[in-house]
Amino acid sequence: MRIRKIGYVAVAGALLAAAAACGGGDTGGTASGGGTTDSGAAKTLTYWASNQGTSLDNDKQVLQPELDKFEKQTGIKVNLEVVPWADLLNRILAATTSGKGPDVLNIGNTWSASLQATGAFLPFDDKLLTDLGGKDRFLGPSLAATGAAGKPPTAVPIYGMTYGLFYNKKMFKEAGIDKPPATWDELVADGKKLTHGKQWGLAVEGASVSENSHHAFIFGQQHGSDLFDASGKPQFDSPQQVAAIKQYLDLMAVDKIVNPSNAEYSNGTEAVNDFVNGKAAMLMWQSIASQLKAANLGDDYYGLAPIPLPAPGSGGKQVNGMVAGINLAVFNFTKNRDGALKFVKFMTSAEEQQILNKTYGSLPTVQDAYNDPAFQTPTIKAFQDILAKTAAPLPQVPEESQFETLVGTAMNQLWADAASGKPITDESVKAKLTQANQQVQPGS
Amino acid sequence: MVARTTPHQDERRDATLAGGGPPPPGRRGLRSRLAGRIPFGLRRLSVPYLLIIPAIALELLIHVIPMLVGVGMSFLRLTQFFIRNWSAAPFVGLSNYQVAVDFDSAVGSSLLHSFTITVAFTALSVGLSWLFGTVGAVLMQGAFRGRGFLRTFFLVPYALPVYAGVITWSFMFQRDTGMVNHVLVDQLHLLGDRPFWLIGGNSFAAVVIVCVWRSWPFAFLILMAGLQNIDNDYYEASAIDGASWWRQFRSITLPMLRPVNQVLVLVLFLWTFNDFNTPYVLFGKAAPQQADLISVHIYQSSFITWNFGSGSAMSVLLLLFLLAVTVVYLVATSRRRSDA
Repeated sequence: MRIRKIGYVAVAGALLAAAAACGGGDTGGTASGGGTTDSGAAKTLTYWASNQGTSLDNDKQVLQPELDKFEKQTGIKVNLEVVPWADLLNRILAATTSGKGPDVLNIGNTWSASLQATGAFLPFDDKLLTDLGGKDRFLGPSLAATGAAGKPPTAVPIYGMTYGLFYNKKMFKEAGIDKPPATWDELVADGKKLTHGKQWGLAVEGASVSENSHHAFIFGQQHGSDLFDASGKPQFDSPQQVAAIKQYLDLMAVDKIVNPSNAEYSNGTEAVNDFVNGKAAMLMWQSIASQLKAANLGDDYYGLAPIPLPAPGSGGKQVNGMVAGINLAVFNFTKNRDGALKFVKFMTSAEEQQILNKTYGSLPTVQDAYNDPAFQTPTIKAFQDILAKTAAPLPQVPEESQFETLVGTAMNQLWADAASGKPITDESVKAKLTQANQQVQPGS
Repeated sequence: MVARTTPHQDERRDATLAGGGPPPPGRRGLRSRLAGRIPFGLRRLSVPYLLIIPAIALELLIHVIPMLVGVGMSFLRLTQFFIRNWSAAPFVGLSNYQVAVDFDSAVGSSLLHSFTITVAFTALSVGLSWLFGTVGAVLMQGAFRGRGFLRTFFLVPYALPVYAGVITWSFMFQRDTGMVNHVLVDQLHLLGDRPFWLIGGNSFAAVVIVCVWRSWPFAFLILMAGLQNIDNDYYEASAIDGASWWRQFRSITLPMLRPVNQVLVLVLFLWTFNDFNTPYVLFGKAAPQQADLISVHIYQSSFITWNFGSGSAMSVLLLLFLLAVTVVYLVATSRRRSDA
C-alpha cells in the first residue's frame, strides 16, 4: 500500500511538472524557427515572407520565380518560408531571442519601432540607403513607418498599403445612391438605405485585434487624439479617443448599419467575404485585390473611395488612412550580410516592385515603379492618393505593439457589448480604454 | 500496482546483469576483470543509478531547467529591449510579482478576474467530465451487442487532434452560419433570437462544453479500465444479499474505484486548469472577458505585450498554486484512505 501511494505521488508530480513546463513554455518559448543561417554558406539566404496572397502556397508560387531570377543574377540561393500572420511576430521574437533565424524577413510596418528597440536588425543608414537608390526614391509615408523618428530605418518598405472605403456599385445603384459617401453623415444615411433583409450597409471585423486598433488610430486622428503624449506616455483614454471609438461602435449600436454578427468576426477574412459575397455594401479595408480576383469580380462590381474625412473646422486631422504595409528587414546575426543586402536591393528594384505589387494589389514603395500602366487603375490610383496625402503612420514608439493588443482587445469586448444590445456610452468606452491604458508596461 | 511489478523488474535486472544467457567468452573475460577492480557492493549499488541516468538527464533538460529559467526570468524586467541579450535585463527583484498580485491595479485585477473564471471553468469541466466518464463506463460494463463500437465511438474526441476538433466547434458556434444556432433556433425554435456563443456571456458555456467534450473520454477510458479490475464476485455476492443496482454502485463500484478516481480527478484538474489549446483555438488571441482563462491571459500579458518577466512571474504564481492544490489534495485524500 505504501509503495503504491508513493507511486501515485510520483506520477502526479511528473504530470504536474509537465503541466508547469508547458505553462512556462508558452510565455518564454524560444523554440527556434525553421530557418537557419547556414554557417559559411555565402551562397544561400533564408527569407521569411509574410502571407500576402490568398494562401501560403499562393505566396510561394508568386515569390519562387522571382527568387529563381535572383539566383540566376547573383548565384545566391534563397530558401523561402512563408509565415502566417498569426505566427510571424512570435517567430520573429523567438529568432531575436535565440539569434537563430532567417537572414532577411518581412515585418508588418507598424512593428518597426517595437522591433527596432530589440537592436536585432541591421539599421539602414544613409550609406545603405544610397546603395538602394537614396532616401528620395522611396515614398515618404512608407519610409516614415520604418522606425523611430531620428534613427536610421530598421527596415525598408516593399509593399505599401492604406485604408479605403470599398463599395458595391450594384447595391448603391439599387438603393438610388449615385456616388460614394464623402462625409460621415452621408455614410450613415447611405448605410441605412443599404441595410435591408439579409443585406447590411457596412461590414467590420469586430473581433480582430489588429483591425480594431487600426480603426481606433484612424478615427482617433480624425478626432484630434494623440495616443502617446510628448514624453511617450500612453493616453488611450483621452476624450478625443473615446469619441472616436464610440463613433465607430455606433455604426452598429445606434445606426444599425452593421450586422451584429460581425462582432465575432476575428480571423481577418470574414468581413471581406461578406463584402465580396454581397452580404454587405461597404467595407473599410486595405487591398482586397486577391480576394476579388479569386471571386472573379472586376471594376464594374466595386469601387474604392476614401474613408470620409472629418468636417473641416471640427478640430480633427485630415487623416483617413494609416500608412500600412510590409517592410523588409535584415537580421544583425546574418552570416551573409552582403548577400542579404543584395536581396534587399533586388526586392526594391523597380522591376520586382512592379511584379510583386501588381500581383498583391498593393502599392509600390519606390517612385520609379509607377510608370507601369497596372498602377494607373482607379483602385490603385485612389489608394495611392490616400497614402500620399491623407494617411498617417501609427506612432513609431516601442510601446506601439502594446497599443494594438490592449486597445484592440478592449474594442473586441465593446463590439460584443454593442452586438448584445448593451448601451455604448462615453463612460463605458472610457472605462475600457482606461483599463487598457493602465496595462501598458513601459519598455524602457 | 508498483509493489506487484517490482519483483519482475528485479528479475529483469538480474537477467541483464547475467548477460541474459551464456555470455560470449570474450565479454566474460572483460567482465571478470572489471569485477576484480570494482567492489561487488558498489557495483550492485551503482547499476540502478546508471540505468536511470538517461531519464534524469532528459527530465532535467526538458522539465527542470526550463522551469528554473522561467523562474529566473520572473525576477528580470525582460522586455523587447533585452530579449536579444538576457544578461543585460535589469534585475527587479519581486516587482513583477508585486504588479501581478496588486489587485487594485489593472494588471492585478484582470489577473484575479481571469483566475476566478478559470477556477469556475475547471470545477465545472472536471466535475462534468468525471460524471460523464463514470456514467459511460458503468453503462458499458455489462456485455451487450455493439459495446465495442460504442466504446471506440466515445473515444473519438480524445483521439482527434485538438486543433481539428476545436476549430470545428468554433465553426459550429458561429452566430449566423453555425450549426448550434441552426439547430436551436431554426429547427427546434427553442430560442427566438440568435445567441452569440463566441463572444459575451455564453462564451463561458461554449468553452466549458468544448472542454468537457474533449476530456470526458479520458475519464471514461481510465474508469473503464478501473472497472475491469473489480472482481465480479463482489457483485454476485451482493446480489444474493439483495443489493440494488444503486447500492452496488455506491458500496462496491465507487469504493473500489477510489484509487483510480484519486489520480483521475487530479490529472483532469491539472490539465484543465492549464489548458491553453482549447480557449486559444476557440477564441483566438483575445478571449472574451467572460471566458478569459488564465493560460491565454498569461500568454496575452507576456507574449503580446512583450513583457516576458511579468508573464513569467504570473506563470510561477500559477505553478505555486497548482503545487499547493496538488499537495493538499494528495494529503487529504491519502489520509482519508488510511483512516478507512
